[in-house]
Amino acid sequence: MSDMNAATAPNVQPAEPMAPENAPLPPSKKPPGPWKLVWQKFSHNPYAMTGLVVLLIFVLVAIFAKQVAPFDPAKVDMMNSNLKPGSGKHLLGTDELGRDIFSRLVYSSRISLMVGFSVAIIAVFLGSLIGAISGYFGGWVDTIFMRLIDVMISLPGLFINILVMAIFGTKMIYLILILALTSWTGVARLVRGQFLQLREMQYVEAARATGVSSWGIIFRHLLRNASFPIIVNATLMVGGAILSESGLSYLGLGIQMPQTSWGIMLSNSQEFMLINPMLAVYPGLCILIVVLAVNFIGDGIRDALDPRQKKSRRRLAKWRKNFSKSGI
Amino acid sequence: MAKNLVEVNNVKKYFPIHKGLLNRVVGNVKAVDDVSLTIREGETFGLVGESGCGKSTLGRVILRLQSATEGSVKINGRDVHALSNRELNKMREEMQIIFQDPFGSLNPRFLVKDVIGEPLKIHTKMSAKEIDARVVELMEMVGLDPTRRNRYPHEFSGGQRQRIGIARAIALKPKFIVADEAVSALDVSVQSQVINLLMKLQKEMGLTFLFIAHGLNVVRHISDRVGVMYLGKMVEVGETESLYAEPLHPYTAALLSAIPKPSPTKKRSRIVLQGDVPSPANPPSGCRFHTRCPFAQEKCSQVEPKLQEVKPGREVACHFPIGVEGGSDMSKLNR
Amino acid sequence: MAEKLLEVRNLTTGFLTEKGLVKATDRISLAIEKGKTLCLVGESGSGKSVTSMSIMRLIDYANGVILEGSINFKGEDLVKKKQEELRSIRGNKISMIFQDPMSALNPVFTVGEQIAESLRLHQNKSKDEAWKEAIELLRMVGIPSPEIRAKQYPNQLSGGMCQRVVIAIALASKPELLIADEPTTALDVTVQAQILDLLQDLKEKLGTSILLITHDMGVAAEMADHIAVMYAGAIVEQGTVEEIFSNPSHPYTVGLLQSIPGFEGERGGELYTIKGTIPALGNLPQGCRFNPRCPHVMDKCRQVEPGDIQVGDEHYAKCWLFEENGKAAVAGKGDNIHG
Repeated sequence: MSDMNAATAPNVQPAEPMAPENAPLPPSKKPPGPWKLVWQKFSHNPYAMTGLVVLLIFVLVAIFAKQVAPFDPAKVDMMNSNLKPGSGKHLLGTDELGRDIFSRLVYSSRISLMVGFSVAIIAVFLGSLIGAISGYFGGWVDTIFMRLIDVMISLPGLFINILVMAIFGTKMIYLILILALTSWTGVARLVRGQFLQLREMQYVEAARATGVSSWGIIFRHLLRNASFPIIVNATLMVGGAILSESGLSYLGLGIQMPQTSWGIMLSNSQEFMLINPMLAVYPGLCILIVVLAVNFIGDGIRDALDPRQKKSRRRLAKWRKNFSKSGI
Repeated sequence: MAKNLVEVNNVKKYFPIHKGLLNRVVGNVKAVDDVSLTIREGETFGLVGESGCGKSTLGRVILRLQSATEGSVKINGRDVHALSNRELNKMREEMQIIFQDPFGSLNPRFLVKDVIGEPLKIHTKMSAKEIDARVVELMEMVGLDPTRRNRYPHEFSGGQRQRIGIARAIALKPKFIVADEAVSALDVSVQSQVINLLMKLQKEMGLTFLFIAHGLNVVRHISDRVGVMYLGKMVEVGETESLYAEPLHPYTAALLSAIPKPSPTKKRSRIVLQGDVPSPANPPSGCRFHTRCPFAQEKCSQVEPKLQEVKPGREVACHFPIGVEGGSDMSKLNR
Repeated sequence: MAEKLLEVRNLTTGFLTEKGLVKATDRISLAIEKGKTLCLVGESGSGKSVTSMSIMRLIDYANGVILEGSINFKGEDLVKKKQEELRSIRGNKISMIFQDPMSALNPVFTVGEQIAESLRLHQNKSKDEAWKEAIELLRMVGIPSPEIRAKQYPNQLSGGMCQRVVIAIALASKPELLIADEPTTALDVTVQAQILDLLQDLKEKLGTSILLITHDMGVAAEMADHIAVMYAGAIVEQGTVEEIFSNPSHPYTVGLLQSIPGFEGERGGELYTIKGTIPALGNLPQGCRFNPRCPHVMDKCRQVEPGDIQVGDEHYAKCWLFEENGKAAVAGKGDNIHG
């Protein structure tokens, strides 16, 4: 029985005041908002937290690349080509041109992360805007945007990319723009779906009855309610963009020398695969780790937002076991 | 006599039914079909009927939350459906709505003070501080603890949320409020608290209510006059007490007799209506109630009755109203 | 006194929430006689649905656990049974009807198939026999032209019709006890009247006992032989329907009846209200659970929880006001849990 006593004690809800008292009003304190509750759950998820720490390390390294990297990543030193890891000051050795691999990885992370985050931000912004307008207004606006998305999806992205690079040259800004322009459609569909659902909520009608304009309803009322799935989608998109950039650079369609990215490093390594296979392993590992970290974070946010927690089920099983021990 | 604040003239609201590849309109759901009514300043007009009768749609059309297919609605002398969007948004200061669902009608991501303060933010030039003070005042008026204004709606009980909705509705001191099933979702003990609150506010602020509900006892308590709707038509309008005591339309009589009364000793003589409400997409000819009416005669399926005054203060749309000479006789029913 | 079909004693049910164990029902005791109707009346959150789920032992699937008590159905304690054993009782000797008829039916089967399946499951009937009987059942619950209706899908029927189908399925196994959880709440009043009439007819014809759960005092007055009023997880008053309505005793019952606006007499005045709100189940006050809202509260009410005190023939209330009238009964064991 003693187990039960302990378990009965906690309250479900604080008692509600019976009636407003006319006591002087203390300044009302803000309770934990939804974000704080999400953080509480998120921070208890070991995968998500590991992902977050790893990503933070990569971001810091990218920002302070100059301080972290021991060598100039573009400096060719034929005397010291293909050194083994740990030879001299070269932590991970050197490549076929004698460039320091570690330094190259560090500088590459700049480009990769930059591309990943910029693409995600632009695509999410564009996708949310179009999805929101499409979902809220419906009708012919919706039809036009949805057909546009159908067209966008059926265009071969690789082909467009080659075309754009050929016409405008291979600058990073074009790469980012072209990747963003081909990946906003998913977000737009997601947000549109959310809005189709949310616009039927009664508080939307209440806002309209109050005299709130359509834009006010979209941006102040609805976007706030759709923000959780948008954020989950954005995190996952960062990983996708990093992979796309690597893929394109590997094919020689992305970032060009002397700039460097993990994709370019991979691409270069293929000729020397037999001599020094580690040339491919390092950048590949970096891509893998960052994309995994970002996905873990995304999954972590999604789980934190999901009211049906797995955790409570685990606790229930434990509690049931204790309970059967207590003899009822 | 007080002047008419709301005048609804021959309002129709049809929802087109689309079908086929070309999205052709193949028919209409006649949610509201040629309804007129007036609401006097300071009174509560109760609107009753079963689900699908069009009472909620009518309430929304009156506030132009939905456009009317035909007809006009005048509130305080201005035709609501003739206003531009800008004028309409301005006019929303004067007309407000309280919803049924205390859970869905408050944005879950807004703090309570933002919910109540939103109309003030839009329609007034009050500073943040002034709005906060007004929110505190409003929360006190509706019986909420103002120290909880920085909380989210989900932290409140159903009755308290309904109070939040009421505070939002009265924030701009409107003249006219549509209460759409405002107490229907609440438990009995909470319901009586909210009814008392609405009546108190009406007295203090001189509000005019359109009180839409299916709870007939609640409507009787709060309304001065009552309108009964069936399949998009107004079938009876009258002063509350006489309408409840002597219903003229057989549908009103059936509706009133169908409600289980909380006293086991009074076994009522009930008119049990056969069948279900027909579809509003394809309403019966003549009187729409004739398919279920225990008193239906041949004329009822052919000629549509008009709403007309048969007794002082009592209007009914029936060829053979109960208790009127030449009308239907309750005592001839078997049950 | 007639034979008891179901007797529940000291039933206490708990739910695991994020913040620990919360008792949803607290030492519920009730009995249903053969061929009679017991109405469980209460507001939302009073634990009336949990009680019905506990009797069906469906609570095991909802993170709930029966902590204490017995559920005696025809001489067998359902609390001690395993889920596999219960399956033969559930939907067979005890059937259930829910509030929302639409979601209780499977949209991809015709209503006839659904009734027939239930018949074949519990009575090993052949396909043809089951179909014929399904049509008979539809006729019995008052569905016109049942041969045609049986071949229709739930979405082709109205809410009232669907509820009739659900009742037909529930009756397919010729249950001895029918648990109806707010069966008419989702329906319009004229349809509600039809369904209530149907339930009353069936009860008289088939001799089925009914446990009717409702929040509507009017429905209870009409249908019940006995009434149990629930408040915050406990039955605070129970008795025959005449006793409860002619002599309501517990201040909560009295308040509940007084807060309902009537159909006769004065209108427009201030309605009676029970002050305050229902306490959260995890945060009940000490002593009587109604004491913070009670107009007659005494010192004793704030300290000791009252047990059932007899106030009339087959009429009990958990209220210290009647201590002198009846035998004073302090609430059963386990009171210290509330301390």
